[in-house]
Amino acid sequence: MIDFTSINASIESYLQSVLPAQVATLVECALIAVCAIAAYLVFAIVMIYMERKVCAAFQCRIGPDRVGFLGLLQVFADVFKMLIKEIIDIKDSDRALYTLAPFLVVMSSLITFSCLPFDNGLQVLDFNIGVFFIMAASSFGVLGILLAGWSSNNKFSMIGAIRSGGQMISYELSMSLCILTLVVLSGTMRVSEIVEMQREGWFIVRGHIPAIIAFLIYLIAGNAETNRAPFDLPEAESELTAGFHTEYSGMGFGLFYVAEFMNLFIIAGIATTLFLGGWTPLYIPGLDGFNAAMEWIPGIVWFLGKVFFVIWLLMWVRWTFPRLRIDQVLVLEWKYLVPIGLLNLLIMTVCVVMGWTL
Amino acid sequence: MMDIEYIDIKSFRQTMLDRRAAGMDFLREMIGMDWEAEGLGVIYILENSATHDVEELAVRITERDRPQIPTVSDIWQIAEMYEREVYDFYGIEFAGHPDMRRLFLRNDWVGFPLRKDYDPSETINPVRLESEKNEEIVREYDIAEDKQLAELVEKMKILHYDQFVINIGPQHPATHGVLRFRLSLEGEVLRKVDIHCGYIHRGIEKMCESRTYPQTLAFTDRLDYLSAHQNRHALCMCIEKAMGLEVTGRVQYIRTIMDELQRIDSHLLMFSCMAMDMGAITSFIYGFRDREKLLDIMEEVTGGRLIQNYNVIGGVQADITPGFAAKVKEYCNDQKKRLKEYYDVFVNNIIFRNRSIGVGILSREDAISFGTTGGTGRASGWACDVRKRHPYALYDKVEFKEIIHTGGDCYDRLLVRLEEIVESIHIIEQLIDNIPEGDFKTKTKPIIKLPEGRFYAAVEGSRGEFGVFIESHGEKTPYRLKFRPMGLPLIAAAQNIMKGHKVADMITIGASLDYVIPDIDR
Repeated sequence: MIDFTSINASIESYLQSVLPAQVATLVECALIAVCAIAAYLVFAIVMIYMERKVCAAFQCRIGPDRVGFLGLLQVFADVFKMLIKEIIDIKDSDRALYTLAPFLVVMSSLITFSCLPFDNGLQVLDFNIGVFFIMAASSFGVLGILLAGWSSNNKFSMIGAIRSGGQMISYELSMSLCILTLVVLSGTMRVSEIVEMQREGWFIVRGHIPAIIAFLIYLIAGNAETNRAPFDLPEAESELTAGFHTEYSGMGFGLFYVAEFMNLFIIAGIATTLFLGGWTPLYIPGLDGFNAAMEWIPGIVWFLGKVFFVIWLLMWVRWTFPRLRIDQVLVLEWKYLVPIGLLNLLIMTVCVVMGWTL
Repeated sequence: MMDIEYIDIKSFRQTMLDRRAAGMDFLREMIGMDWEAEGLGVIYILENSATHDVEELAVRITERDRPQIPTVSDIWQIAEMYEREVYDFYGIEFAGHPDMRRLFLRNDWVGFPLRKDYDPSETINPVRLESEKNEEIVREYDIAEDKQLAELVEKMKILHYDQFVINIGPQHPATHGVLRFRLSLEGEVLRKVDIHCGYIHRGIEKMCESRTYPQTLAFTDRLDYLSAHQNRHALCMCIEKAMGLEVTGRVQYIRTIMDELQRIDSHLLMFSCMAMDMGAITSFIYGFRDREKLLDIMEEVTGGRLIQNYNVIGGVQADITPGFAAKVKEYCNDQKKRLKEYYDVFVNNIIFRNRSIGVGILSREDAISFGTTGGTGRASGWACDVRKRHPYALYDKVEFKEIIHTGGDCYDRLLVRLEEIVESIHIIEQLIDNIPEGDFKTKTKPIIKLPEGRFYAAVEGSRGEFGVFIESHGEKTPYRLKFRPMGLPLIAAAQNIMKGHKVADMITIGASLDYVIPDIDR
């Protein structure tokens, strides 16, 4: 198995030996940033292609198949189309905020993305409040959406942004409660430790009932966080044409689009890390031969496999359900998910204190 | 042939009130007329919704500069829209009408186009390049003591600017065409809805007046393109009735089958679009997948997928193809199985049920008063199917159920459509094996002159009663040809039931009413 910790260490020692200390750190930072952004874009491309193919399968269609082999170049064609589009000037818009908004959204998802543990050692930031940091970083994306709606000088955008604000801030709550439930179970907020603890059984198994409830609530809330159907009210195409990004053309829209997909990846990534064992392989107590065989599959494959499985689940939901109405979205959150989440947290605490976990 | 009773304008309102009290609760049609020397006038076709008795009344006025007729919009709610249409085309002002604005044409239009002395010169009405100003003030005329002439008494604002006003349409994904709503919002809740139509008004009725009868047929497919067959069926039926022409049994069979296929097509589209408007895109594709097969069958027989031009006076354009029966049967069997999928993926979905049950309730009384025939009326518990009320073609010979639901909400409106697909398949299955031999077209002269008189024929279109009124003065062109739109009552009702709902509900209600804009605007 590849251990990225040693690879990282060797790169660092090499840089330190050829460069002064500060410059070496700077180069490391730059390297990491380039890698993170590259990975971010690669995953966005994979997911956009995946979404099209999965959606086509659910709808008895073929999906893209003309541009390149099996339509593999379709996404590049789309990006190219977006790049050559005119960036329109909106009358009476707040230019500074209007330009800033998509970057805020992308920044938020990029920072969160970098905190995901892809494999042992393959993680940008690993410190003692890692989970807390992920929550904080992911939640300032809503600011970009609100700004986009406000600065566009468009009533549809405004309604979309207000809906989005109400929805995302609400669902943040039950998402945090679910994460908190798992923090109670693991006893740590350091991401690498949480993953390491699941080497002998994933938390969704070890936490049994409360963990499964938390997982389900997390998926619902996560879906709402990403503004995807059935929670796509902020952009509700048939009502608000495109909601908060109505007035964005070209790459402004492209950034929102990419950020939406990457938020889905992040939601799935956090779910994988907390509930499905992150990059640790499948472990079944008693079956030693099987477990040893599983060990041979690299951690990054495990992580991505699980992530894309969760993404597929969310896409299934997206392409099946109709859209909720704003009051129903809020009722679902405040009357059902939050109370259940709180109760679940209590149950988990009792389980952990009494030692009823597996 | 219609037997019209003329009412004196002095006793007009009282007569109308009496008729309403006598149970004539459905204003089937209201036709503006210009009889030149005899003056302007309006023909009212009333129907008793329980006994289906029909009565035709007319009122005339010789004044041409500012003709005024008392309103009936307080007696039948739909008259509010119809009177605006008559005002738009004939310039007849309705005293007591709460909102006397033009309905289809621009506010700055000069003259009234359907008057016989109208001057269509381009110098009077040039192509205007600037956009139309919203008319913010409506004028209301009082009904004076003698219920006749009246003065401008009140100016009322349509929408107040301290409200949050948003504009939906004419280009919007959920208006199903070029319809425009102006919504006054309080948060997400609609306070007032103001509907503007006329963005696809082509003046079809005016054009018909200068076309020979066979030429008028071409327009019907362009009204409600989702009931192209039924529309044309109605016009052909009306002309054949006036000519005294009896079509062969084979034609009756073909027309009935094609009407029902068209109805399935329209209802599938309604299901699909409702699903898409509510964000369920997969269900949309399911509906379209199956509609595609139906369109293939239609294309094979008629040569067209949307605009089919199939019925002609005396028969149909071309005979059915040899494999038609087998294909239709195969399609029907297939469709019955597919319907279950729609229920599984969309209709029984908890989110859809929560969003549609109890939303946009249209009571039975309102449905009759607004004249919302078709699936919308039947979802409110009103048995309004023309196929049962005034049977035509083969509908008195086949056995089928009239689907009635009583909820009157969006959910029931969708269910009515889905269940009607089953009934339509049932009708087709009874007919498809027994199509008699014979001519598919009775020969007619190239120039048809109808005898003098007034004729009305109605069919059950895909979304309600589609009627054709012809007044003939013995010429080869109609003196007046009026189509009863299926959609105008629907949007009139929409304006009322949308109030107090949320923006998202407005879309659901619009989708469930299932209007088609070219049919409203004509």
